Amino acid sequence: MSELMRELGPLFPEILMTVLTLSVFLAGLAVKKKSIMAFLSILGAAAAAYAIPISAGTAFNGMFISDGYGMFFKYIFMLNISLTALMSIDYSAVDERHSGEYYSLVLLASIGMMLMASAGDLIVLYLGLELMSLSTYVLTGFLRHNLKSNEASLKYFLLGTFATAILLYGIAMIYGLTGATNLKAVADYIAKNGLAANPVMLLAVISVTAAFSFKIAAAPFHMWAPDAYEGAPTPITAFMSIGPKTAAFAAFGRVLFDALGSARMDWGTILIAIAIATIVVGNMFALAQTNIKRMLAYSSIAHAGYMLMGIIPGTKEGMDAMMTYMLIYAFMNMGAFAVVIALGKEEIKSYDGIARRHPLISAAMLVFMFSLAGIPPTAGFIGKLSLFMAVIKAGYAWLAVIAVIFSAVSAYYYLRVVVNMYMKETEEEAVIASSPSLGIAILIIVLMVFIIGIMPSPFLNL
Amino acid sequence: MEDIILNRLGYPILSITIFLPLAGALLISLLRNAYAIRWTALLTTFATLVVSLPLYIHFDKTTYKMQFVESYPWIPAWNLNYTVGVDGISILFVLLSALIGMLCVLASWKAIQEKVKLFYMAILLMETAMTGVFAAMDLFLFYILWEAMLVPMFLLIGIWGGSNRVYAAIKFVLFTLAGSVLMLVGIIALYYAGGGTFDILALAKAHYPVNLQIWLFLAFFAAFAVKVPMFPLHTWLPDAHTEAPTAGSVILAGILLKMGAYGFLRFSMPMFPDAVKIFFMPMLILSLIAIVYGAFVTLMQKDIKRLIAYSSVSHMGFVTLGLFSLNQTGMEGGIFQMINHGIVTGALFTCIGVIYERTHTRIIEDYGGLARAVPIFTVFFTIFALAGSGFPGTNSFMGEFLILSGAFKTKMAMGAISIMGVILGVAYMVWLYYRIFLFDVNPKVKEHLRDMGMREALMLVPLVFLVFYLGMQPSVLISYMQASVQHLLDRFGAGGQEITAVKGIIEVLK
Repeated sequence: MSELMRELGPLFPEILMTVLTLSVFLAGLAVKKKSIMAFLSILGAAAAAYAIPISAGTAFNGMFISDGYGMFFKYIFMLNISLTALMSIDYSAVDERHSGEYYSLVLLASIGMMLMASAGDLIVLYLGLELMSLSTYVLTGFLRHNLKSNEASLKYFLLGTFATAILLYGIAMIYGLTGATNLKAVADYIAKNGLAANPVMLLAVISVTAAFSFKIAAAPFHMWAPDAYEGAPTPITAFMSIGPKTAAFAAFGRVLFDALGSARMDWGTILIAIAIATIVVGNMFALAQTNIKRMLAYSSIAHAGYMLMGIIPGTKEGMDAMMTYMLIYAFMNMGAFAVVIALGKEEIKSYDGIARRHPLISAAMLVFMFSLAGIPPTAGFIGKLSLFMAVIKAGYAWLAVIAVIFSAVSAYYYLRVVVNMYMKETEEEAVIASSPSLGIAILIIVLMVFIIGIMPSPFLNL
Repeated sequence: MEDIILNRLGYPILSITIFLPLAGALLISLLRNAYAIRWTALLTTFATLVVSLPLYIHFDKTTYKMQFVESYPWIPAWNLNYTVGVDGISILFVLLSALIGMLCVLASWKAIQEKVKLFYMAILLMETAMTGVFAAMDLFLFYILWEAMLVPMFLLIGIWGGSNRVYAAIKFVLFTLAGSVLMLVGIIALYYAGGGTFDILALAKAHYPVNLQIWLFLAFFAAFAVKVPMFPLHTWLPDAHTEAPTAGSVILAGILLKMGAYGFLRFSMPMFPDAVKIFFMPMLILSLIAIVYGAFVTLMQKDIKRLIAYSSVSHMGFVTLGLFSLNQTGMEGGIFQMINHGIVTGALFTCIGVIYERTHTRIIEDYGGLARAVPIFTVFFTIFALAGSGFPGTNSFMGEFLILSGAFKTKMAMGAISIMGVILGVAYMVWLYYRIFLFDVNPKVKEHLRDMGMREALMLVPLVFLVFYLGMQPSVLISYMQASVQHLLDRFGAGGQEITAVKGIIEVLK
C-alpha cells in the first residue's frame, strides 16, 4: 500500500484535479450557477498549486516526471484555470445551465496539459495531448447554436486530429529505431548507436516538430488558429491561447532536450526556419485584421515564434527565457482577452472613443497592448529582453535583429487598438455591463504586468 | 569606482528629481477637479525644479567624474543596478528637463480642456523619463526610460494633437521604435562583449574589436539618428511637431531631439572611438545635408509650426556637426547649442501655441500685421526669432560660432558650407517675420487677436532672460562641461594611429 502511495505521490496534483473535475461535473447536475462552479475551480486550482511543490519525484519507472521544469508549467496552467474561471462568470453566451460541463471540460483539458508537462514517456505525452485536445475541441464548439463556433470546432478538430496522427507517426518511427518510448531510453539508444545522422531519425524529428508546431500554432501549421480563436467563446479563446500552447511548449522542450538532444543540428535548423516564418506570418497577417479576436490570434502566432527562439540555442538560458516569456505572455494575453470580454465587442472599429466613457478599462487595454508590443516598463519588454539575451549570447544576433524588426512592426496593430479607444470619437454610447469578477481579473493582471516589468527578479531563472 | 563621486548630500537628490513628477502623476490620478489637477501639476514641476537646484550649487566643475551617484542593485541575475549620476554634460540636460517640464504645464493651462487628467499625467511621466534618461548610468535603465517615453508622447500627439494627429503619432512611434529596437540588440551584444555588465562607465572603459565597434556604432546610430533626427531619417519630425499640442512640440523640440545627440556623446563616442573615427566623415556630411537641405525646406513652408519644425532639422544638423568635429570647441559648441535650441525652439513653439489658441490657424497667409495688433506678443516672438536665426548677443549666436570654429578646425570646407546654413537660417526667419508681423492686419484673424495675458508673459520671461544671459555669458554653461568634454576627447587621442574612412571600410570588408 505504501509502495503505491510512493508511486502516486508525484501525481498528487493531477489526482487532486481529477477529483475536482468529477465533483464539478457532478455538482453541475444540481447547481446551475457559473459563479459557484468558478469558485470551486479556483479553489481546486489553488489547492493543486499548493500541492505542486511537494510532488517532486518520478513515478511509474520514469514515465511521469514531476521536476522543476514541469512544475513551472503547471503553475501557469493553474493560473490559466483561475483567470478563465473568473472571466467566464459574466460571459453571457455560455448558459448557466451548462456551467457544470463547461467548467469540468476546462479542468479536464488542464489535466491533460499537466500530464504533457510531466511526461517522461512518449505514450504519456500522447495521452495527455489527446485529453487536452479533445476537451478543447468541445469547448471551442460550446456555443451549439452559433455557426461560427461550430465551424471553428470542426476545423480545429479535423486539423488537430491530423496533427496528432503525424505525432503518432513520429513516435512510431522513434520506437522503431530505438525500441523505446521512454525519453531517457531513447536518448541513450541514439547516443550509443550513433543514430543522430540517420535519415529515418531526421524524418521522425520532422514529424514530431510538425505536430508540435501545429499545437503551438507556428507557421506554416497555424491556419486553424484564427478561425478557432474567432469562433470559440471568448473566455475559451483566452484559455486556449495559453493552455495548449504552454503545454505543447513544455512537452516539445522536454522531447527535444531529453530524447533528441543529440540531433540538435537537425531540429535547430528546422526551428530557425519555423520561428522566422512564424514571426513574419503572425505579425504581417495581424496588420490586416479588423476583428480583435483574429488579430490576437495572429499576435499569439507571432509570440509563439518569439518563444521558439528560446528553444533554438539549446541552452539553459534559452529555455529559462522561453519559460519566463510564457508566464508573461499568459498574463498579458489573458488581460487583452479579459478586456475584449468586458467590452463585449469584437470589431476593432467598434472600440472608437471608449476611453471617454470607460477610462479605467481603456487604460488596462493600453497597458496590455504596449506590453504585447514589448515596450518598457511592462512585462512584455522583460520577456523579449530575456529571450534576445539568450539568443544573442548563443551567437544568433541576426535572428534577434529579424525578431526586433518585426516586433517594431507589431507595434502598429497593437497601437491601432489604442488609437481607436483614445483618439477617435463616436456618436454611440458604449454601454458596458459592470462585472466585479472581470474587474478583479483585469486588476490582478495589470498589477502583474507592471510588477514583472519593473521588478522581474523573482520571475527570472525559474 | 574611481570615476565616480558618491552622492554626499545626505538625501538621494537625483532619485527625488527623477521620481517627484511620477509621484505627482500618481497623485493626479486620484484627483477629479481640472483646476486642482492643473495646480498639482504646476506645483510638482516647480518643486522638481527647486529640488534639483542643489545639484548646480554643489557640482564640482573641475572634474569629469560622475557626481551625486546613487546605486542600488536591481536585477542581480543580469548584474543590473539602478545607478544614476550626472557629469558636466548631463547635469545641463537635467536642468533643461525641469525647465521644459514647467513650461509645458503652463503652456497648456487653457489650451487643454479635454481629458485634462490624462494630459497632465502624460506630461509628468514624460518629465520623469526625460530626467531619468539623462541621469541614467546604467544602459538598461537608460533604455527602459528611453522607450517608456514613447507611451506618453504617443498619447500626447494622438489625443490632443491637430487634424492629422493619429498619422503623426503612429509615425512617430514606429520610426522611433524601429531605431531603438536595433539599439536594444546592440545593447545586449555590448553587454556580453563588455563582460556581462550594463554599467556605462565600465563599458566605456573596455576596448572592443574594431569590427564589433562598427556594428555596435551602427546599431546605436539607428536609434540616435532617428531621434536627433539626422537626414534622411527626419521625416517623422515635421509631422509629429506640427500635429502635437503645444506642450508636445515643446517637449519634442526641447528634450527628445537632444536625447539622440546626447546618446552619441554618452555611448557612441566613448564606447566605440575607433568606429567614430571611421564614421565621423559620413556623420559630418549627413550633418551638412541636414543643415542646408533642412534650411531650404524650411523656406518653403506655409505652416508656421511646420516651418519651425523643419528649422529644427537644420539646427540639429549644426549640433551633430559640432559633436562630430571631434575637437573641444566644436563639441562644446554642439552641447551648448543643444541647450540653446531647447530654450529657443521651445519658446517659439510656445509662442505659436499662444497665437493659435486665439486664431486657430497656423497658416502663414492668414496672418499679417501682428506687430500692430499684439505688440507684447511681437516683442517676445521677435526676441526668440532673432535668437533662432543666431543673432549676435543671443545664446544661439555663441553656439553656432563655437560649432563653426570647431568645424573649420576639422575641415575647412565643412565650415564654409555650413555658413550657408546660417545665412539661410536668417533668411527663413526674417521672411517668416515679414509675412506675419508686418503690413496690415489680416481681416481673417483680426477679431480674434488679443494680446498676451499675465500667465503667458510670465512663462516666457525666464526664457528671454536665458536667451540673453547665455548669449552674454556662455561660460556659465560651458564651464560645467569643459572637464567632461576634455575627458571624452581623450578617448580619441589615446587611440594612436589615425584610421581613415577608406582604411576602415577595407577593414570591414575583410
